[in-house]
Amino acid sequence: MATQTILEVRDLTVELATRDGISPVIDGLSFEVGAGETLALVGESGCGKSMTALAVMGLVPHPIGRIAGGEIRFGSEDLVAVGEDRLRDIRGNDISMIFQEPMTSLNPVYSVGEQIAEVLRRHQGLNHKQARQHAVELLHAVGIPDAAARVSTYPHQMSGGQRQRVMIAMALACKPKILIADEPTTALDVTVQAQIFDLLRVLQRETGTAIVLITHDMGAVCELAERMMVMYAGRKVEEGTVDDVIANPRHPYTQGLISCVPHVTDDPSAERAPLVEISGIVPALRDFGADQCLFAARCRQVVARCAAERPVSNDFGSGHRVACWQAEVAS
Amino acid sequence: MQRVGYAAILLFAVLVLNFALMHLAPGDIADTIAGDMGGADAEVMAEIRRSYGLDLPVWEQLIKYLGGVLHFDLGYSFYFNMPVVTLLLERVPATLLLVVAAQILAISVGVLLGVIAARQPNGMASHVVTLIALFGFSAPVFWTGIMLLITFSLWVPIFPVAGMQDVTIDGNWFERMLDVGRHLVLPVITLASVFLALYSRLCRASMLEVLGSDYIRTARAKGLSTREVVVKHALKNALNPVVTLAGLQFSAVVSGAVLVETVFSWPGLGTLALQSIIARDTPTILGILFFSALVVVVANLLTDLVLRMIDPRIRSSDS
Ligand SMILES: Nc1ncnc2c1ncn2[C@@H]1O[C@H](COP(=O)(O)OP(=O)(O)OP(=O)(O)O)[C@@H](O)[C@H]1O
Ligand SMILES: [Mg+2]
Repeated sequence: MATQTILEVRDLTVELATRDGISPVIDGLSFEVGAGETLALVGESGCGKSMTALAVMGLVPHPIGRIAGGEIRFGSEDLVAVGEDRLRDIRGNDISMIFQEPMTSLNPVYSVGEQIAEVLRRHQGLNHKQARQHAVELLHAVGIPDAAARVSTYPHQMSGGQRQRVMIAMALACKPKILIADEPTTALDVTVQAQIFDLLRVLQRETGTAIVLITHDMGAVCELAERMMVMYAGRKVEEGTVDDVIANPRHPYTQGLISCVPHVTDDPSAERAPLVEISGIVPALRDFGADQCLFAARCRQVVARCAAERPVSNDFGSGHRVACWQAEVAS
Repeated sequence: MQRVGYAAILLFAVLVLNFALMHLAPGDIADTIAGDMGGADAEVMAEIRRSYGLDLPVWEQLIKYLGGVLHFDLGYSFYFNMPVVTLLLERVPATLLLVVAAQILAISVGVLLGVIAARQPNGMASHVVTLIALFGFSAPVFWTGIMLLITFSLWVPIFPVAGMQDVTIDGNWFERMLDVGRHLVLPVITLASVFLALYSRLCRASMLEVLGSDYIRTARAKGLSTREVVVKHALKNALNPVVTLAGLQFSAVVSGAVLVETVFSWPGLGTLALQSIIARDTPTILGILFFSALVVVVANLLTDLVLRMIDPRIRSSDS
């Protein structure tokens, strides 16, 4: 890879203690993020995308969840092993995160300016006045009109899109190396979605921040990301450049996922192939750890081996990796 | 401003209602005086009633009473032989001191316990809070008072158990303050125990809810310290229901004070109320009721003010 790797996740396993026992929500997951790149993370609801993000942030819900194994290498450190104090210095400073729910992700009792300034005081050692001043600049940078006046408004006085802009300003305040955006536009309407994606792209160019974009929106994946990773039931099933994966998906799950959405490059006037859906449902959390392909029950290309052995990940060239016993046959 | 208007109307209604209630109750001052004299005939009774203005039509008495209130005149206590206002002003500071100190203690300790318990919902602190709450809910205030009174008068006599001041102490203002403070300890603990239980339970529940909310996750994701997350981001949001409840409980605290004052011979309105009810001293009783209403109304206004300070959504909802 041309770019330098800044985050390297190795065999990460996160366990959740539920009523049915302990299950691995994230099961032996490995991936890398290169400096300044955008990696898209896709997969059905409940496959562990948010949990992956929280694990990187060191925010796995306590006490029901815990990181049971693996490494998260960031620079020279392993984030699984460093203490909470060090994690606090990294969070919001070197790695930051924005969430799906802009309506509830800001604290209702503090002004948006204060909520941005707080990060600057915490990590950059700015005093009150400097932090406030910088907050105005950041609000301006994320496209809030009349930023100097808006800095003292409260979240409830803003629209969803504006609140997400504030979240972005907050997350990028310290020019982090990595920004994890967990479905940043799901709760917003379509025109605002496009604006937020544009904003992320512009800011990424300015700050050189790598973005891990968690999304269901294949259009956004094609537009924003260079590489993508497909997850299913806590495991990585396919990974590669967006061009490779979209043009030539090798895992039956990825194939289903991509054919689910009308192709972005399609001519809208042309006759469309009927949309195919993936039949069946995601396995329950308690079945996550099984030593088999967890997609087997829904797969049209299933063979005996799928139910007996856990598929290993194979490289099909230029970092296109697929975990499927039938991957060669399928292509 | 609108709220102040409501408050005035409310106070007026309270005055009229109080007055009506006292006149509906059988017996008046004449009966008491007659009783003290060992019986009197009808003519003497009528004479007494006339001299106290009790022979006038009820509505005329009411208008006289209301007119007086506007001039800070709550009538004359026949039993204590002084204007009701003078009588009240003598007793009000003691009661206010007790009530306010008890509320402050109950709120601060209640919130502290609630926060500690919410941090570890299944931890030791949580069980302790549940236990205290259970005790506070089930033990009547006079029982707690009597238990403390017995404990501290018989076994560990470190705090005075009766009165508000030691008359033998003749020091400067600081020494006298200290003395009042020592007398205050037991009554305040007794009165606060009930409300402390209430506030700690509510604060625990409210904190638990807030700690699970999205903006707390955001605060953590910013790399803030645990203290900043819990105190700055969570507690300020969790306080809203506690402040609201504390405001609503003010009347309960005042009536609780009546019992506590009696147990510890605290020279406040509670002991005065007891004496004047036994003596059927209508003007004094009305004065005390009016004052209680005043406390509640002022408390509600203050609650409103505090809520506005905490929560910007309330501030902008009516502007
Ligand atoms: N706090 C929690 N308590 C119990 N189960 C949880 C918790 N958080 C996540 N889970 C479970 O972990 C699994 C993975 O959840 P996660 O939020 O990572 O999914 P996701 O891929 O982000 O889904 P979505 O697209 O809906 O956001 C789900 O089955 C979910 O029910
Ligand atoms: Mg999610």
